[in-house]
Amino acid sequence: MSFESKDKVIEVEHVYFSYDNVPVLEDICFSVERKDFCVIIGPNGGGKTTLLKLLLGILKPDKGTIKILGKNPNDVRHKLGYLPQYTDFKLSFPISVMDVALMGRLNKRGLFKRFTDEDRKKVEEILKMLGMWEYRNVHIGRLSGGQRQRVFIARALATEPEILFLDEPTARVDPEHETGLYEILRELNKRMTIVVITHDIGVISRYARSIACVNRKLVFHEEGKITEKMLEMAYECPVDLIAHGIPHRVLPEHKHE
Amino acid sequence: MIENQEKKRIMWSVLQFEFMRNALLASIIISILCGIVGTLVVVNRLVFMTGGIAHSAYGGVGLGLYAGISPFLGAGIFAVLNAIIMGLVTLKDRDRADTVIGVLWAVGMAIGIIFVHLSHGYNVNLMSYLFGSIVSVSKKEIYISTIFMILLIGWVYLFYKELLAISYDEEFSYVIGIPVTPLYFLTLIFTAISVIIAMRMVGLILVIALMSIPPYIAENYTNSLAQMMVLSSLFSMFFSISGLLISYYLNIPAGASVILIAGAGFLLLYILRMLKKIMKWA
Repeated sequence: MSFESKDKVIEVEHVYFSYDNVPVLEDICFSVERKDFCVIIGPNGGGKTTLLKLLLGILKPDKGTIKILGKNPNDVRHKLGYLPQYTDFKLSFPISVMDVALMGRLNKRGLFKRFTDEDRKKVEEILKMLGMWEYRNVHIGRLSGGQRQRVFIARALATEPEILFLDEPTARVDPEHETGLYEILRELNKRMTIVVITHDIGVISRYARSIACVNRKLVFHEEGKITEKMLEMAYECPVDLIAHGIPHRVLPEHKHE
Repeated sequence: MIENQEKKRIMWSVLQFEFMRNALLASIIISILCGIVGTLVVVNRLVFMTGGIAHSAYGGVGLGLYAGISPFLGAGIFAVLNAIIMGLVTLKDRDRADTVIGVLWAVGMAIGIIFVHLSHGYNVNLMSYLFGSIVSVSKKEIYISTIFMILLIGWVYLFYKELLAISYDEEFSYVIGIPVTPLYFLTLIFTAISVIIAMRMVGLILVIALMSIPPYIAENYTNSLAQMMVLSSLFSMFFSISGLLISYYLNIPAGASVILIAGAGFLLLYILRMLKKIMKWA
């Protein structure tokens, strides 16, 4: 298969974005192929989440074009799945774990339609996979942060999208569930494209097929390896930032590669 | 025994009067409206905006009087327009939406004051718009409110899963393809009309309490939005009917009685929760 004929599901060309005239992203160009497992890394405030929101159509670029599945992001919304970075909002909202996870099926059931047994079965399967089924009737606000994040992951998986976007999916999840989650993602990756923001260097070495390094500008690497240049650009103080939250993983190992 | 019967006779005497029967019926309908809309208002954090819609509606009352049309119709049109403007402002400039709502709130009232002054010849009882007059509610108003109630229930039933999703997580709802903006504006329009109907009972100044207190209490006892709507309606009915009866027997204003009963309920829940916390520590 020649390079040109490969199926590109994300195409970003010369995208600029700023919040109130403060530039956040500059001249972003990259593309992601179907069934890629693309990891986005970069320092805090480097624009990772902003980039994800641009890809999802939540934000609009100041300049440049973004094509998702060959179209404007807003025209393919029902084909995308999303796990937001923050899941600790509206904690007193009267909603159960089951109802949050069922939200993921909204793209399958249009207006005026009720959720079906198939939707409930699918959500049950996913909640069981993530160890949250027994909490299905619990108020979302009564869960711990990590448990809540697993419910939101369940919701994202329930969408069965063509492209799944995850913003720091394991930031608050226990280590035992963390590996489990990435194994689930690896399995899903056979069917769908996955784009994930993470600080976890282990994920990159084990799962990534391509890496996008974002710090206002973007460096894209198609083979899932981190280069010295990427690290330098992405992190001012590499060891501290990359090892954030996972102190046993040390960077130099990769530096000598 | 005889004494008991005497008491019962006085109790039920309240239903002898048509105006009281109408008032009770109207308060049940208004309670259902406030239970449903109030729930959406509270979970979407639109309490301030709803206060703004209610108060600025006074501009519509003034314009209605001046133009010689029904002040309620005037208030209704004005409230819906204001709701749409406030909706647009919150979409455009989320950070300063509360400031703009505060401005519209005051400007609406100012328009009302001027036009009420200009049309003074009509000599209407303005207090009824500000503080409500449920006992003067007419059969026709009850019919209109009932039709609107059916519309509201139908709308919530048809779009329940979308309304739940948007209220809980607007961003995700957008990503997954739900028409967030149209549903948001529909919510605001239903809120505006409900506010005007509820204004009949408690007046535009007090309506915000009826929209927020019952849902706030109900929220503590459920993990479902639909249940919260039903519970809020029931709490609202309890406050409205007991407030109405108390106002009848003590001969005090009905709207304010309803709000004070609701306020007492709010306080009671607050104290109970405090006690629960203290018990946990002990």
